[in-house]
Amino acid sequence: MPATTVLDATTADGALLVLAIVLPVVGILLSFVLGGRYAERIAGVLLPAGFIVACIIFLKVWQGGEPLIYIVGGWQPPLGITLRADGLSVAMMVAMAIVICLIGVFAHANFGSRAASVETRAPLVFWVMLMAISGAMNMIFLGGDLFTLYVALELLTFAAVPLVCLDGRVETLQAALRYLLFALLGSILYLVGTALLYGSYGTLDIVLMSQRVRLEPATLAAATLMTLGLFAKTALFPLHLWLPPAHAGAPAAASAVLSAVVVKGSFFLIVRLWFDALPGLLSVAASQLIGVLGASAIICGNIVALRQKRLKLLIAYSTVAQIGYLFLMFPLAFSADPSPHHYGDALTAGMLQTISHATAKAAMFMAAGLIYAALGHDRISELGGIARALPMTMFAFGLGGLCLIGLPPTGGFLAKWLLLEATIATAQWWWAIVIIAGGLLTSAYIYIVLSRTMGPPNAPLTLYAAVPKYQEVAALGLACLSVLLGLVALGPIDVLQVGRPEAPMAGLR
Amino acid sequence: MSIASVFDIALVALILAIGASTILVRTAFAAVVMFAVYGLLLSIAWVRLHAVDVALTEAAIGGGMTGLLLLGAVARSRSDDVDRVRVGYPVRLAAGGLCALVVAGLAIVVLHPPAAVPTLAPVVMENLPPSGLGNPVAGVLFVFRALDTLLEKVVVLLALLGVWSLAPDRAWGGTPGLQVYAKPDPPLIFLAQLLPPVGIVFGIYMCWVGAKDPGGAFQGGTVLAAMWLLVIVAGLQKAPAISRLWLRGLLIAGPMLFLAIGLAGWVFADAFLAYPEGYAKPLIVAVEATLTLSIAVALAMLAAGPPERAQQQ
Repeated sequence: MPATTVLDATTADGALLVLAIVLPVVGILLSFVLGGRYAERIAGVLLPAGFIVACIIFLKVWQGGEPLIYIVGGWQPPLGITLRADGLSVAMMVAMAIVICLIGVFAHANFGSRAASVETRAPLVFWVMLMAISGAMNMIFLGGDLFTLYVALELLTFAAVPLVCLDGRVETLQAALRYLLFALLGSILYLVGTALLYGSYGTLDIVLMSQRVRLEPATLAAATLMTLGLFAKTALFPLHLWLPPAHAGAPAAASAVLSAVVVKGSFFLIVRLWFDALPGLLSVAASQLIGVLGASAIICGNIVALRQKRLKLLIAYSTVAQIGYLFLMFPLAFSADPSPHHYGDALTAGMLQTISHATAKAAMFMAAGLIYAALGHDRISELGGIARALPMTMFAFGLGGLCLIGLPPTGGFLAKWLLLEATIATAQWWWAIVIIAGGLLTSAYIYIVLSRTMGPPNAPLTLYAAVPKYQEVAALGLACLSVLLGLVALGPIDVLQVGRPEAPMAGLR
Repeated sequence: MSIASVFDIALVALILAIGASTILVRTAFAAVVMFAVYGLLLSIAWVRLHAVDVALTEAAIGGGMTGLLLLGAVARSRSDDVDRVRVGYPVRLAAGGLCALVVAGLAIVVLHPPAAVPTLAPVVMENLPPSGLGNPVAGVLFVFRALDTLLEKVVVLLALLGVWSLAPDRAWGGTPGLQVYAKPDPPLIFLAQLLPPVGIVFGIYMCWVGAKDPGGAFQGGTVLAAMWLLVIVAGLQKAPAISRLWLRGLLIAGPMLFLAIGLAGWVFADAFLAYPEGYAKPLIVAVEATLTLSIAVALAMLAAGPPERAQQQ
């Protein structure tokens, strides 16, 4: 066993990492005992506090150029657990914290509980689960230990599933049950793989693992099982069957958090696994296979989205397609001719796509929710005139759509541009065709929706409910963020490389 | 061949047979019963492998608690519906393929062990004395990997809230309906009067002994939960309304105390979830005792299911 073990130590400000995980946990426990009437107020304090903590961690890592580390309980790995904030973690943490906070603002209209005299069901469940998701995501980004990451995955699953069936209709219960089965299957496969890895290397710590890992059958079996499990949780084609009914049936705020945030958690673990825990172990053939799954997701998801008659289902299928883009980073990073440059570029592109999809998709689900609330339905063919009634909402939807298509200067543009650049640099033109075709298909369905909403109404438009201004502002805020994300190229994008080891040597393969 | 190996071979054959019949039996009820038996046999196998902690957990959670939850699920769904649903061949093939993959992965590892199997067990034993604990499993759960244990308890709370969230809005805050399990009849009532005193003592003992020997909060909590459920199902006591403050308080007491002691470790022992020197054992026992209560309440309420009747004023 190579003895290159370098012991980590808690860095200055490492305590902030504990805070990022503990704050939501405190919120969950307090909400249970203080009751549903206070849950919103507790979330209203703790979620912004979590955002501030995430920003401080981001600034420390960006300026220091070094990861923050905290050794929990003072026990060094392999015995204890380490929390690590590197460039990937801090970028994702800040992005997800913003999205979750704005979803919280949006959700006040549907799950507001300040005025209620007794505790009611939906608000308590929603706010507790929203805090749980925020804590679980922070843990996924910061956890430096494969089993701690499993616990985080469990937290995330049990927080996400009840959100699907929050309004209790039969079809949403079915969707939630199907989601639960897929997600638990994923958890079990991940856990089995983790146990196999521990059996082979005697550690669960990601850094120690990366130093000890060898190419051997047990490791490959473990990695395959874990990756399959995480694919099921991320809804990568063909394991996406649970996603559209679950995301389309949930209340708008829940759809936004499920589509924008939750699926990114398991995706981040796949990245951690192959880029950090088992560096250089992904063979070219396997990475091409992952790319094929991603490409199939892009093509199939977009074509099915194009054929949808209801707006929320269309957006859900578009999530299936956009998840496909995330997986194109694997064949590009682990190409036959590895160079540190492409490796970093592909990783940056994948993370940018994750963040820009999160902001854009949350905005679009919110907009769809507002349209549904105003009209009482979301049939695309009958949306005529809504753009005049809810201009700000439709503007948010359109901006989000631009980001999904990948028009400049949106974050989606930058992500797809980097992906295209990597396809050319690594001479894998076939992925470029998929990226461009996916963009065309996306623009087709965004165009269909926009042209319908701007067209004349079939019958005089009756609005069932007035849409609160702040909900529209929340959606527009997220949409603007997704547009402005393209500008990160000018500054903080290099934070993603903080704490990254050198690209793996080809010798390991 | 010694008696022990004959016993082991027979046990393995029985486990395989019961496992196969869990899949092959026609009715969901029979499958659940087989599954519970399977869990109990498995726990005997763990005892044979000298993993008593795992055996206790398997018997309490794998066989007992999970079996009970599954029984409740079968009873809640109309039985003819459950048994008429036949799973199609693609799903069966996929399930079979996945199982084969998992088995292959395990077989590769078990059949080709590394020359020296890496393990942290010696390091754990070496670092255990300062904590005053005698059970290495408790050491891993409450000293070295306390963060995981703390957050797993939060997962249990979320699962409970998830079950509660299935209640109709009008029943929110009310009492769970437990009639699905059994109708109170004299033998059941007699059992519910006879068992709990013994069971409660046993549950407390399991929690207490967990610091030194196999046992612990989860196993003890399961026993306590079973006793409480028995009393409620027999109709000797009513299920509590889920909005009761004492119920909510008990649910979070364990994780809250654990978190508070963890945060205090920041001040008194220079790290989150570290224990000040000399105080480790009393603190851990306090955490375990409160966790036992919280787990007992959470598991019992999980089995009791979502509230069905609005609370009577």
